[in-house]
Amino acid sequence: MGWDAGDIVATMSVTSPDSLDAALAALADNPAAHVLAGGTDMMVELNFGRRSPAPVVSVGRIPELRGIDVDRSARFVRLGAAVTFSEFLASEAASQAPALAQAARTVGSLQIRNAGTFGGNLATCSPAGDTLPVLVALSATVELASRDGRRRVPVEEFMVGPKRSALKPGEIVAGVTVPIIDGWQGFATVGTRNAMVIAVCNAALVVDRHDRSVRLAMGSVGPTILRAPEAESVAARMLFGAEPTSARADLLVEFERRASAAVSPIDDQRSTADYRRHAVGVIARRLLDRASREMP
Amino acid sequence: MRAASTTTTTSTSTSSAGAATVAPTEPVTGGLGDSPLRPDGALKVQGRFAFSSDDRVDAMLHGATLRSPHAAARIVRIDIAPALAITGVRAVLTASDVPGTLTYGLIDDDQPVLADGVVRYQGEPVALVAADHPETARRALGSIVVEWEPLPVVADPDDVIAGTARELHPRGNVFRRQDVACGDQELVGEVRVEGTYEIGMQDQAFLGLEAALGIPDPDGAGVELFVATQWLHEDRKQLSACLGLAPERVRLTLSGVGGAFGGREDLSLQVHTALLALHTRRPVRMQYTREESFFGHVHRHPATIWMRHHADRDGTLRRVEARMVFDGGAYASTSHAVLFNAITHAQGPYRCLNATVEGWAVRTNNPPCGAMRGFGVVQACFAHESQMDRLAEACGLDPVEVRLRNAMVTGDRLITGQVVDSVAPVERCIRETVALPMPPDGPGGDAADPRLLPGGVGLTTDAAHVRRGVGFGVSIKNLMYSEGFDDYSTARCRLADGVATLKFATAEVGQGFVTLAQQIARTRLGVSDVVLEPIDTSIDSSGSTSASRQTWMSGGAVDAACRAVRSRLLDAVAQRHSIEVEALEIVGTDVVSADGSLRVPVTEASAGLVIDESAHYRHRPTVEPDAQGQGDSHVAFAFVAHRAVVDVDPELGLVRVVQIATAQDVGVALNPLSVRGQIEGGIAQGLGLAVMEEIVVRDGIIRNPSFTDYLLPTALDAPEVVVSLVEEYEPLAARGQGSRRAAVHIGNTGDRCRDPQRDRAPDRPYAGATPGHLRMTTGPRLHLWEVVVDCAEPAVLAAFYAGLCGCEPHRFDDEWYWIEPASRGGGVADAGGPRIAFQRVPEPKVGKVRLHLDLGTDDLEGAVRRAVSLGAGRLGDPVTDAAGSFVVLADPEGHEFCVVTE
Ligand SMILES: Cc1cc2nc3c(=O)[nH]c(=O)nc-3n(C[C@H](O)[C@H](O)[C@H](O)COP(=O)(O)OP(=O)(O)OC[C@H]3O[C@@H](n4cnc5c(N)ncnc54)[C@H](O)[C@@H]3O)c2cc1C
Repeated sequence: MGWDAGDIVATMSVTSPDSLDAALAALADNPAAHVLAGGTDMMVELNFGRRSPAPVVSVGRIPELRGIDVDRSARFVRLGAAVTFSEFLASEAASQAPALAQAARTVGSLQIRNAGTFGGNLATCSPAGDTLPVLVALSATVELASRDGRRRVPVEEFMVGPKRSALKPGEIVAGVTVPIIDGWQGFATVGTRNAMVIAVCNAALVVDRHDRSVRLAMGSVGPTILRAPEAESVAARMLFGAEPTSARADLLVEFERRASAAVSPIDDQRSTADYRRHAVGVIARRLLDRASREMP
Repeated sequence: MRAASTTTTTSTSTSSAGAATVAPTEPVTGGLGDSPLRPDGALKVQGRFAFSSDDRVDAMLHGATLRSPHAAARIVRIDIAPALAITGVRAVLTASDVPGTLTYGLIDDDQPVLADGVVRYQGEPVALVAADHPETARRALGSIVVEWEPLPVVADPDDVIAGTARELHPRGNVFRRQDVACGDQELVGEVRVEGTYEIGMQDQAFLGLEAALGIPDPDGAGVELFVATQWLHEDRKQLSACLGLAPERVRLTLSGVGGAFGGREDLSLQVHTALLALHTRRPVRMQYTREESFFGHVHRHPATIWMRHHADRDGTLRRVEARMVFDGGAYASTSHAVLFNAITHAQGPYRCLNATVEGWAVRTNNPPCGAMRGFGVVQACFAHESQMDRLAEACGLDPVEVRLRNAMVTGDRLITGQVVDSVAPVERCIRETVALPMPPDGPGGDAADPRLLPGGVGLTTDAAHVRRGVGFGVSIKNLMYSEGFDDYSTARCRLADGVATLKFATAEVGQGFVTLAQQIARTRLGVSDVVLEPIDTSIDSSGSTSASRQTWMSGGAVDAACRAVRSRLLDAVAQRHSIEVEALEIVGTDVVSADGSLRVPVTEASAGLVIDESAHYRHRPTVEPDAQGQGDSHVAFAFVAHRAVVDVDPELGLVRVVQIATAQDVGVALNPLSVRGQIEGGIAQGLGLAVMEEIVVRDGIIRNPSFTDYLLPTALDAPEVVVSLVEEYEPLAARGQGSRRAAVHIGNTGDRCRDPQRDRAPDRPYAGATPGHLRMTTGPRLHLWEVVVDCAEPAVLAAFYAGLCGCEPHRFDDEWYWIEPASRGGGVADAGGPRIAFQRVPEPKVGKVRLHLDLGTDDLEGAVRRAVSLGAGRLGDPVTDAAGSFVVLADPEGHEFCVVTE
């Protein structure tokens, strides 16, 4: 019953290497090949005919890409590229990067979270990708690997445009390293529906007590994830400065204004530029409000 | 209301006048008023229901449609040669290959089967391909060369009304211009409120995508079509015209329908599939993808409605003014009727003697719009209810109070001059809705669970940002077709040996008619077994499954046929026992006489008889309205009140609907569970329109043809629904037998439709619920239906094998049980595998069985352990041969069977 696979797509060859080296070799030998992880973005593209059914290198079985490591002394969490959102949420890493857990929890439905991966979210590089603003706000680093070697790139440099990343041909995302922050972090997203919705806009706020800095990253309001340095300085003043409590409300409003001013959204079928600019400011302000009330 | 007329009579009666045995009356179960479960329910939930897209035959071809990328363009040239050159492509058809009428349509046949020189909306079909493989067909579409000359796109209905738009179609740009005017046209109220309301284009978003399987007759001059549709006979009428065939050479069978909501009223791929099948002389299957489905069927009309209400200072409504503009898109579909519904419901369920309503349904280059659940009334309702809130505010009244003050009652006159002579429990609906319990205080409950706030786990909102609001909406909706349409339904009932068999062409689209039909037969005839024949065109029309009409119309036809059968059964009993027939009736499952002297079970009374009756059912006639929209154009009405409790994040404009309370005038709830199901489903769909669903169209181009961006409510968006059924009996009932008014929303459902003739090739419960693969055969079709085990205790054995196979035992009666184990390939019995039945026999088992069951497993020892724990005896050790390993066991009655590795 239901679909025969053959009804939808023509046959395509799939290799499923069990080591990173084998995968990199397969990619190097076949520059036209696609990397496949959970398939939750790729299959949609195939179904819409936006991608041709080329050879596929599936990375789901590669142990090097499946690890979740928490290093408390070096204060980082490393997620292999093929780690699924559900695996991450069930691991202790989730409590070390709570904003990332909040973002992972909003991705799609349970079925999508069971299949979708961090590597896929990064490589797709959609401005609406839910983990991306959090990774930016946390100053995460992407590990890239190819037959020629490895390199590490800050997430902000990895994203170069809408659906465009720094990935070179033959290169794959191996993993992402996320600092463990002493402070506060949170994520919020706006959608027209109360679950399973592509963000109209989203935002992550990280307050780092260590260097007394605040980082705000906003998604779906520009070609890549955007930071708002001018807003961040207002937040740092509010949280770490000597501002009287009576100034709090004004600072929140000022923070919202500067966050909205930092974005360059567009009109599309999901929303309008005006609404996005307004809404992202509202959720940024709410995040700062939560931080100021919840920060230990 | 006119009584149903009985038209056909055939009978063969024979033999065996059994002596009357007096037995206690058994009540009928699963009759009217019960809620027997629907046969498709569990299958759908488990993903086992066979939708039309599951139909397959050997050696079929795959059809595909080339569609216009432009909303408006001239076709300068089409070159199909590159497509024909592809190996595996069997046919490429364009407009010149259409043998009959080049256009079709429900009301006005203005829509081309394939675009002939010009396209008027994005997605309009231009060419068809049939190929050996769907991917080949898709590639072939891409190789067809079309040279387009884009035309200016007319996207704004106001341009059409202003007369500034170019002529889009030889039949003009206005589908209908109709006014409704009554009473004082100059009246100015003490209080006036006005507003302009816009309603977006909604998709039916049925889950079962459009699909059809066409099988040509061997002589190539006829075709059989298996299709998910709403009205088989209307499809046939339009199909045969386009194919240039006599209607009887076009035969349709309803396939599994996965929702309709109006979206299957117009033809989509029917003509295309049949054309390809006739051209290639091969079976052809077509199926749309979700994206194509957005282009393949009509949608709910977007509308702009201006209204001005005039009232006295105390809120009494005096006059309604309205101007309604419905964008019908490129082709007529049912725009004509949708507009009429909208303008004639402008006053809402309120008394109002003066009205001035101007209605327009116009042609544009937007996607064609037509029927969708509510059919014009939804748009009107959004406007009049928003107006009632404004009126309440202007008069300083509570929103409930202003509605109560104006609530319509039986005997009131609509703005069309028609008197509402049926029950109109508007006030009761409102009062019962208000009395339903409110949800606990909010917003967000204690806010610990973010899913209870707008934005859900997106953590968009904190409870402090949320305000709770309560809104009311009341509506009136007409039932059945209007404006003089000669509407009827047909049904046939056969009673033989205590089993009733029903035949009708009523499309079961999920509303539950198949269950209801069985309930009617059980109640009228006192039988428990009701077999449903396939739903197809081998019987006269049942009309459309739309307009809230099937429970009444086809229910009426089934009822009339069953009553005719009953009266002949009573005649036979009267004759046999020399009793006056007037003294007999069916009580429960028995025929009894008034004085109690005679009591014969229906099964016995009907033994050896075959009684066969057909009936047509018609509702009372309606008339076409005059130029002022006046006349008795509607048949009857239903009423409903809703209260919505909504948590709102005003800063972001996000909502979570917490609860919908509703009291609905359902007539008589013939299947209460099903009525509730329909109410909940309708609420989910209405909520979707209200807060998220919209096909976004810019310059004639759909921007969101997928479920990624066309948002349907999820479980987290669905509110709690509390329901009160308002059951008031139709006062018209006195006028004619069978004019029972049933629920607007009655679905119903059924189950327990079993095949009583156990030794026959499949007699499917009903086509819609019959998964399985259609096969082309000549002569009788035979396949392995079931394996019957003779035994002493069917219940025990059924429980044993069910436990072993992990399925449910089913009881027919004490003598007969069956199970539907998963079969090879994971299917279940009704998906093609045989079932195992257990029947009680008096004789004991002798010797070793000569036919045994092999139960396959991937865990031999585990399976053996389970069997032994359920009461089996182990008869030997595992044996391994070329085919695998097996262990011989004996079931609780000693029948040998094997557990084998697959
Ligand atoms: C119904 C639905 C709902 C969704 N909801 C959300 C949502 O709420 N939020 C959200 O952010 N996303 C959402 N998505 C998108 C998608 O689930 C995510 O982007 C997910 O992270 C993709 O991961 P994947 O493993 O499935 O990627 P795949 O589909 O396997 O791959 C996606 C792309 O990444 C490339 N790729 C994958 N892994 C690697 C690698 N290791 N190295 C290099 N390239 C790689 C592939 O070649 C491909 O181009 C949704 C998708 C669906 C279908």
